[in-house]
Amino acid sequence: MALLEINGLKKTFIAPDGARQMVVDVPSFQLEARQQVALAGQSGSGKTTFLNLIAGILAPDSGSIRLDGREMSALGEAERDRVRALSIGYIFQTFNLLHGFTVLENVLLGMTFGPGADRAFAESLLKRVGLEDRLHHRPRQLSTGQQQRVAVARALANRPKLVLADEPTGNLDFRNATEALRLVREACSENGAALLLVSHDREVLGQFETQLDLAQINRAAQTEVASAALRPTAEPQRGSAHLGTGGVS
Amino acid sequence: MSLWTIVLRSLRQHALSTVITAFSIALAGGLLMAVWVVKTEAQRNFSQVNAGFDAVLGPRSSKLQLVLNSIFHMEASPGLLSPKDVDDIRKHPAVQHAIPIAVGDNYYGYRIVGTLTNMLTDVEYTPGKRYRFQAGRVFDPALREAVVGSFVAQKLGLKVGGTFQPFHGLNFDPKSQHQETYVVVGVLEPSNTPTDRVIWIPVTGVQLMGGHDAALSSQVSAVLIKLRGGAQTGFRLDTMYNKQGDRLTFAWPIDTVMTQLFDKIGWFDKILALVAYLVALVAAGSILASIYNSMNERRRDIAILRALGARRGTIFGTIVLESATIATLGMVAAFVVYAAIVGTAAAIIRSQTGVELNAMAFHPVMIWATGGMIALGALAGVVPAWKAYRTPVAENLVPVS
Repeated sequence: MALLEINGLKKTFIAPDGARQMVVDVPSFQLEARQQVALAGQSGSGKTTFLNLIAGILAPDSGSIRLDGREMSALGEAERDRVRALSIGYIFQTFNLLHGFTVLENVLLGMTFGPGADRAFAESLLKRVGLEDRLHHRPRQLSTGQQQRVAVARALANRPKLVLADEPTGNLDFRNATEALRLVREACSENGAALLLVSHDREVLGQFETQLDLAQINRAAQTEVASAALRPTAEPQRGSAHLGTGGVS
Repeated sequence: MSLWTIVLRSLRQHALSTVITAFSIALAGGLLMAVWVVKTEAQRNFSQVNAGFDAVLGPRSSKLQLVLNSIFHMEASPGLLSPKDVDDIRKHPAVQHAIPIAVGDNYYGYRIVGTLTNMLTDVEYTPGKRYRFQAGRVFDPALREAVVGSFVAQKLGLKVGGTFQPFHGLNFDPKSQHQETYVVVGVLEPSNTPTDRVIWIPVTGVQLMGGHDAALSSQVSAVLIKLRGGAQTGFRLDTMYNKQGDRLTFAWPIDTVMTQLFDKIGWFDKILALVAYLVALVAAGSILASIYNSMNERRRDIAILRALGARRGTIFGTIVLESATIATLGMVAAFVVYAAIVGTAAAIIRSQTGVELNAMAFHPVMIWATGGMIALGALAGVVPAWKAYRTPVAENLVPVS
């Protein structure tokens, strides 16, 4: 059984002109446990909405999201919060660290609403990302690359089965981006977490064995994103992570 | 990491508004408690002050004026009593003590009261307590000697062996000094009663002071009375003087007369309490406004917490807890405000009346005002908490592609 199974997922928003606009329309998508997949998505392709739907931050209009055997769309909001707190780690493009809290506290927050704060594990994660001497610094006292590493540690703090990463290297220079990506992938591997990363950066995408074009998955994005513009750096694997039937029109 | 830690970090992030809001709570809470305690303590203490007597007999006047003049040494004397009236009440079988007092002079504003020596040696001003001398002895009724209360001695620097010349009238007028010189022969220990503010001399000293009307030299201002027996006795004398007679007033019982005073000025207490309640409401409103106004800048933090798995209810509870915490901090500081207000009020009351209020006495208002203000603070947090509760997560997590 796949870790993540999505079928017939749809999400619309009301546009400023009052029209209902389809943002996500994913007929089928699957991700296996411990698998690392990169989704290529341009701005406006609905990638953040897609990740937010998987994370349970947004509720779909229709469709099914099954995470580790649990049907997310059938859960109430509080239960989705619980699943997110226990099973999902989320890395944001702007890291979304809380500036009133120290580095260590930011990571502990990642545990607080889930399995509970484990200071030793939080410290070990921060040591793993090279911030053992920055535990009591505030995010503003860190470089951008260091903030990104805090975000990685926080995403792994609740020992998630799935890590969602939304343009995690979008605010980093090339050297830091490469280092950050290596860190995210290694940390997910070491912690047994699957990784679903979305990015528009070809250098980032090129480092994944499994790449998928979001425009191929999300029919709502196909009219807006010229998927052909993305240079395929590797042949997408259609094994454990794959588009289901009807996934590509 | 607990919700408590999240709340503390939020308070630290908004330190300035936290301090200002907590200060407004401190003022409100302190004022509320102070108004209540000063009112209650004043009523209790003033009602208990009777200088060891049950009643006062004086010329026809209001009972309140008679008590204020004779027991609290305030207000003007309503008139004079003839020697026969004094003699009659002294010989009445229901009377244990009948001590005349004569007023009409002062020394730098402090009242000089003429009386008998047993006022200072025999009377128990409160059960089991007689006036004690911290220095010297009681005056000789045949000499120009004086015993001064502790507060007067302290304020005017009067000591045993010192001398002074009284001034005429109850209010200080430097142009009307008497020629007679009195020697201080005793200084009383503090009794926390109006006696502390009085200079005691022989009753004949006041009666025969130069410049006083010689025709009235045998009259006194009032007679302080200690009764034998219970209320029945007082009731009989009350009927005799107040209902059957029309020349004199028998103010009995003294504590009831004072309670009537507080009943008369009860409206003032109510206004003060109303002001304190309004201040408390304004302070609660300031918590509401302070947190509510910060909600815009908090939206992203709330969205992040939600993205990390915090439930709506958790966010709601965090804001309410933060609001209650501000109120709690305010109420801790309120006790400092309370101590300052009550301490000042007690000092003023003591200097004006001699009555000592216990500023540090426990009063139930300290419990219910503290609990009430914290509950009000928590209630004030409900509105911003509801706004936080409804904060949409996705649109406040930047960037949104």
